[in-house]
Amino acid sequence: MSQAEELLLKTGRFFRRSVTSDDLRTVHLSGGRKGDAFYRDRWSHDKVVRSTHGVNCTGSCSWQVYVKDGIITWETQQTDYPSVGPDRPEYEPRGCPRGAAFSWYTYSPTRIRYPYARGVLVELYGQARAAGLDPVAAWAEVTTNQDKRDRYQRARGKGGLVRITWDLATELIAAAHVHTIKTYGPDRVAGFSPIPAMSMVSHAIGSRFVSLIGGTMLSFYDWYADLPVASPQVFGDQTDVPESADWWDAAYLMMWGANVPVTRTPDAHWMAEARYRGQKVVVVAPDYNDAAKFADEFLAVNPGTDGALAMAMGHVLLREFFVERQVPYFTDYVSRFTDLPFLVRLAERDGAHVPDKFLTAADLGSTDEAAEWKTVFLDAAGEPVAPNGSVGFRWTDSGKGRWNLRLDSLPRLTLLGGETAEVQLPRFDQEGVLRRGVPVTRVGGHLVTTVFDLMLAQYGVGRPGLPGSWPQGYDDAEEPYTPAWQEPITGVPARRAEKIVRELARTAEATRGRCMIVLGAGTTQWFHGDTIYRSFLTLLLLTGCQGVNGGGWAHYVGQEKCRTQTGWAQLAGALDWSRPARQTPATPFWYLHTDQWRYDRFDADELCSPLRTGRFAGLRTADLVAQAVRNGWMPMAPTFDRNPLELGEAADPVAFTLEELRSGRLRYAAEQPDDPRNWPRVVTIWRSNLLGSSAKGNEYFLHHLLGADSNLPEPDGQAPRGKLDLLVTLDFRMTSTTLFSDIVLPAATWYEKHDLSSTDMHPFVHAFNPAISPPWETKTDFSAFHAIARAFSGLARDHLGTRRDVVAVPYQHDTPGETAQPGGRAPAEVAPKLVVVERDYGAVAAKLAALGPLTERLGLPVKGVTFHPDHEVAWLGQRNGLAAHGPGKGRPLLDTDAKACEAILALSGTSNGRLAVQGFAQLAERTGTDLGGLAHEGHRIEFSDTQARPQHVAASPEWSGKESHDRRYSPFTINVEHDKPWHTLTGRMHFFLDHDWMHEYGEALPVYRPPLDMAALFGEDGAGQLVVRYLTPHSKWSIHSEYQDNLIMLTLSRGGPTIWMSVRDAERIGVADNDWIEAVNRNGVVVARAVVSHRMPDGTVYMYHAQERVIDVPKSEATGRRGGIHNSLTRVLIKPTHMIGGYAQLSYGFNYLGPTGNQRDEITVIRRRSQEVEY
Amino acid sequence: MSPRVMAQIAMVMNLDKCIGCHTCSVTCKQTWTNRPGVEYVWFNNVETRPGQGYPRRYEDQERWRGGWQVDAKGRLKLRAGGRLRKLLGIFANPLMPSIDDYYEPWTYDYENLTRAPLSDDVPVARPRSLITGEPTTVRWSANWDDNLGGDPSPDPLLGRIQDQVKLDFENAFMFYLPRICEHCLNPSCVASCPSGAMYKRSEDGIVLVDQDRCRGWRMCVTGCPYKKVYFNHKTGKAEKCTFCYPRVEVGLPTVCSETCVGRLRYLGVMLYDADRVSEVAATPDDKDLYEAQLSLFVDPDDPAVAGSGLPADWIEAARRSPVRDLIVKYRLALPLHPEYRTLPMVWYVPPLSPVVDALATSGHDGEDADNLFAAIESLRIPVGYLAELFTAGDPAPVTASLRRLAAMRSYMRAVNLGTRPPEVGISDEELRAMYRLLALAKYEERYVIPTA
Repeated sequence: MSQAEELLLKTGRFFRRSVTSDDLRTVHLSGGRKGDAFYRDRWSHDKVVRSTHGVNCTGSCSWQVYVKDGIITWETQQTDYPSVGPDRPEYEPRGCPRGAAFSWYTYSPTRIRYPYARGVLVELYGQARAAGLDPVAAWAEVTTNQDKRDRYQRARGKGGLVRITWDLATELIAAAHVHTIKTYGPDRVAGFSPIPAMSMVSHAIGSRFVSLIGGTMLSFYDWYADLPVASPQVFGDQTDVPESADWWDAAYLMMWGANVPVTRTPDAHWMAEARYRGQKVVVVAPDYNDAAKFADEFLAVNPGTDGALAMAMGHVLLREFFVERQVPYFTDYVSRFTDLPFLVRLAERDGAHVPDKFLTAADLGSTDEAAEWKTVFLDAAGEPVAPNGSVGFRWTDSGKGRWNLRLDSLPRLTLLGGETAEVQLPRFDQEGVLRRGVPVTRVGGHLVTTVFDLMLAQYGVGRPGLPGSWPQGYDDAEEPYTPAWQEPITGVPARRAEKIVRELARTAEATRGRCMIVLGAGTTQWFHGDTIYRSFLTLLLLTGCQGVNGGGWAHYVGQEKCRTQTGWAQLAGALDWSRPARQTPATPFWYLHTDQWRYDRFDADELCSPLRTGRFAGLRTADLVAQAVRNGWMPMAPTFDRNPLELGEAADPVAFTLEELRSGRLRYAAEQPDDPRNWPRVVTIWRSNLLGSSAKGNEYFLHHLLGADSNLPEPDGQAPRGKLDLLVTLDFRMTSTTLFSDIVLPAATWYEKHDLSSTDMHPFVHAFNPAISPPWETKTDFSAFHAIARAFSGLARDHLGTRRDVVAVPYQHDTPGETAQPGGRAPAEVAPKLVVVERDYGAVAAKLAALGPLTERLGLPVKGVTFHPDHEVAWLGQRNGLAAHGPGKGRPLLDTDAKACEAILALSGTSNGRLAVQGFAQLAERTGTDLGGLAHEGHRIEFSDTQARPQHVAASPEWSGKESHDRRYSPFTINVEHDKPWHTLTGRMHFFLDHDWMHEYGEALPVYRPPLDMAALFGEDGAGQLVVRYLTPHSKWSIHSEYQDNLIMLTLSRGGPTIWMSVRDAERIGVADNDWIEAVNRNGVVVARAVVSHRMPDGTVYMYHAQERVIDVPKSEATGRRGGIHNSLTRVLIKPTHMIGGYAQLSYGFNYLGPTGNQRDEITVIRRRSQEVEY
Repeated sequence: MSPRVMAQIAMVMNLDKCIGCHTCSVTCKQTWTNRPGVEYVWFNNVETRPGQGYPRRYEDQERWRGGWQVDAKGRLKLRAGGRLRKLLGIFANPLMPSIDDYYEPWTYDYENLTRAPLSDDVPVARPRSLITGEPTTVRWSANWDDNLGGDPSPDPLLGRIQDQVKLDFENAFMFYLPRICEHCLNPSCVASCPSGAMYKRSEDGIVLVDQDRCRGWRMCVTGCPYKKVYFNHKTGKAEKCTFCYPRVEVGLPTVCSETCVGRLRYLGVMLYDADRVSEVAATPDDKDLYEAQLSLFVDPDDPAVAGSGLPADWIEAARRSPVRDLIVKYRLALPLHPEYRTLPMVWYVPPLSPVVDALATSGHDGEDADNLFAAIESLRIPVGYLAELFTAGDPAPVTASLRRLAAMRSYMRAVNLGTRPPEVGISDEELRAMYRLLALAKYEERYVIPTA
């Protein structure tokens, strides 16, 4: 009998004899009994408040928060979403168990109630202050004295937090910022806070502060590896996807690496219900996952080989629906909306040819404006034409009214029937290259073929008369990309691959494109995730599914859509006061500053095409990062090895900076990331748990960036430790990040503030409202940053004054900059685009609280159009009141979170029809097509509307899809229905990417690239041990790290960190269910318990995402130190092609394009460890 | 003889839509049982099947002896026997799951994260028992075998159909079973209570514990074969799912229903003949209990109903009852373990599931419209397993229900694609009505609840 059992039995004292009655089997009693009063009382409450959870999950569910006696008791879902139609299910009730468990945090023992700081730091700072130093000097003393610096940095993550006052906290933070800006430069200050959509104002307020002082905001979408780089590559769009109600319109649904019931819990019912409308459902996943339960067919695929399956499906599709038979709908669609008809020049190589660049008007001798940006196809008569719609028409005067997809006749897809040429194409499944023939012709002296002909060659779909080596049939396992070829790679039977794609294509043919593929992190977050995605998108583009309701891709990975994009961006970038804002792609930022670049063991050339030119030979990936920065392709912080305020002191700062660069006296910081001048110094994190969740290479962060102890097995002694002077985190619960932070500020929860929430999963925007005031000494992010700003301005007024800051701007997507480098080739010496920004540092607090004049003076740019919100600014002045004095005098106030919500709604097209109409009118001028009727001036959402009920947003040039109360959102419907080009080179969706770096990587066309061979790349030897693929899919019991420490979620799961493994793998190392195990590789160590299950395939383990070190993690046997988080076994690996810039759709945009923090290619050794654990 | 008509608020859960998210469990827990004494109690829980359930192996009535059985003379008897026998064992009741069979509730040393002094490693929150207050090791929980975690083979149902099931990756199958109190027509918990504290409300059939009269005998815990009566070890009284009567009385759905994000729960009125309960519960063959229970239900348009004294709005609600449609009209929903003879009133639509790979590669050609959703016999979830849950082992009603679901899908696919619908043996009107209820499932059609 257990101890607990014994204790419970002592309750026997409650058992008293009483009169037992006769058989009571059919006892019925009427009415309410006194004995029931307890439950009635428990149910009663004083009020119910609408709010939601600002968590990174895309749910954006509206909740009812119950309050009794001033205490939050529990929550249930709202059910009052506007109807989406009488003939379809509704969105109610959105929610999930994690959200339902949220109120536990409010009064939980992990709640952060007061400001805390690292005791050692507080002591050192106190001593410096007591010695008479002012705050800035005191901070300088503590951080520049090596001994003191070591003392507090080495104490990071080891407890010893002490409670401090808000005044001291903000003084420390302000002093650190002022000192950093003064000594090293404002671009040594960084802010990290992801996913604005999950609480726009809370995000914007911190970002606004960071932007006003000239600090840099770090991107998150690419860093999280949620950004599908294939989207900018193919669509020229960050990510735009259907709302979940549009799954209902799909007649065929594939869930490919996406576990919808777990990761899109509130939306999953659409999938279940659409089956009743006759939708067929196919699930492709490595494990028998939650979604598989709903499938009509489940394909178990070897992890990371999904691209091979999709390539084989593409092979069948091209053969059966384009060569053996033509489907008019498909042919028409690809001719109008994809780059398939466009001509590609062939270059000679080793007696054969290789695909080179798109043929442009310039190649044909045209001297028209932007002729080198006008791509060419052959019209029906066989004449070369540079059709409207390419990027050459987007920014030029002569392109006005011509940036559209209108065609007089359909172009030629194939040149079959004349000359042929053999082309060499890369393959990565084994050594060698493919040699296959394409039909060719000569245009203007150039040997050309079409993208379509190249696609058939790439996919191995032969036609009579073409030279080269081709598959003999579907059963030919030797030649890519047949069904038989993929079978040994993916484990999916060839016949099933054929059958599924045939069904998909026939359904698309019958429904004009109503087939959808839901794609998830399981297929995105690989090093070569972009190639996997392109092979999926091929299936959808060829079958005319994109831009059709019920069709197309549905990438659901961290894509959270801030529907009120423009208003949010305005506030978040402080663009109303100064432009541009500094922004940095986070992956290369962390890669450099956590010194992970030093641990690359291979050349950048290593992963290139067998047909490479060798342009990366002898270079490390870090060299390419520096090159991308020098080329103006991508920004980086810090930018230069000098304080940009110092550069601003020159009479002509731009000329001076360029001259200094030219002379070599000034260098890019990315070239020497370990030079102390080039370290980031202050990082503030809010709405995020970097070190418990997204930090790929977690141990490198701890060791190099923070100077803390880590489980890094072989630290590079050459590299610096402890770069960061100050790490500040705002949170309401203790996380791995707060444990390592120097200052921890107690944040209000989502039930304690005003804010806005939206997602792309549904078309509504709705409010957060406080059910109670922030308890203890907690503050909303909004008031915390105002407090910081006030303290900062106080110190900065004297220490900094008004300064000029030199900001380097990359070539941005959706601006004329995207046509700066013809052919995608940077000149030998690129002069960066520099902008001088004046910063009145004493005025920061005042500017934070008022809407600046650039709002109406320069307008609000979004995706190439500009809103002019003159009426709106006047309205906001009336609604919010005007600042009475100071730098913001006469400007609309933004001094409360509710007013900031109001401003966001007023300044966005989706919530303000007047702006949307304005934007569409501008766009129509450029396209020359009719965009009338897409938006309506009368549509207007105010904050109080969102507090009353979720509000339906409307169509706006901010997004690519049409929407109205009777039209579900599907991306690119405006493009397809209104001849509006995609924001790409050709203006169409791209199969072919002709940038030099794409060729170098062998990825100009869709291609299969296997997962990285980590053992070979890093020389890791796991001989004789259980070496497994280490995957970190999203958990059922948490949203990233949020809720993984929640008692209710822990009770419903295994109560701590776990790793799932197959029965056979467990047997091999003698592991039983719930045994302690350790996962160890060259990046770190994880200690967890095993969940042994026959649901898992052999050779792969899952450690569900974001299990932190805070809950039940003992010391590791391997290192004797606390085990790590799931990301202790991963690290950053940068794919160079993600850094391409200045070339049409391959141009930089914040969270639009950048290297992904992918982590799925990793492997680890798993061992059973001693079952005696120590904490 | 004219039936004595009584009304029951009943629930149907469509397992074909259940995503196993446990939102129902959490909202229920937060609303009703996040208090000392009932930490381990989940009025609503969700089990992955195959799996042991909560408390573990509760379905093993050879062990726990819950519910009823018929004796040699055909009389209905509590399986656990008379009260005297139970009274003798009251302090070490071998017929009651121990806390270890539920699980020992725990928390963590969360404070350590904030308060840990400067030391040599990262602070951590260790688990600590909520019963003993001591550091503990987590070994079992209310949902330990979620998603086939661990070895599901102790599942009592698997033992009966061993020949049909292989627990390997290639044949893996699972589905979720959310459970609340069955609010039975013939509740064995009520019959087991020596204090008369348990009762079935005459107006709506909700089974409750009178907290004033409960003396903590815990006979109800033994008596309930579903193990849905719990013992509050702080108050020493029994507690159970109340069907959220403070909500239902005012026309609101139960918390678990309204918060079900799979939208799979239906609430409505069922009318039944109270005089025939004992007779039906004593139906000799277990396999006939499903049909027998169906025979107990009274058509709201039956003339006897008008004279039953039931309020008019209740009779009207019974006419529009979605639960009645799913149970009686479409015969999609089935009772959980009818062989326990308690005449449960929370019913389930069984789940469809993927076809087995081996069958997909041969024989079942998905291009054939009639076969697009595969033959019921080739689904991964063995029909035998579902039959053990819902029909005392008789596969016929399960197969019939699954066939109707598949027929509706085939029909609607034709509508969706604009082709000629296949002949499936069910009228267009009925198929479309089923589709409306199952697929569109509008709030006001899922929940038809007359106020008290």
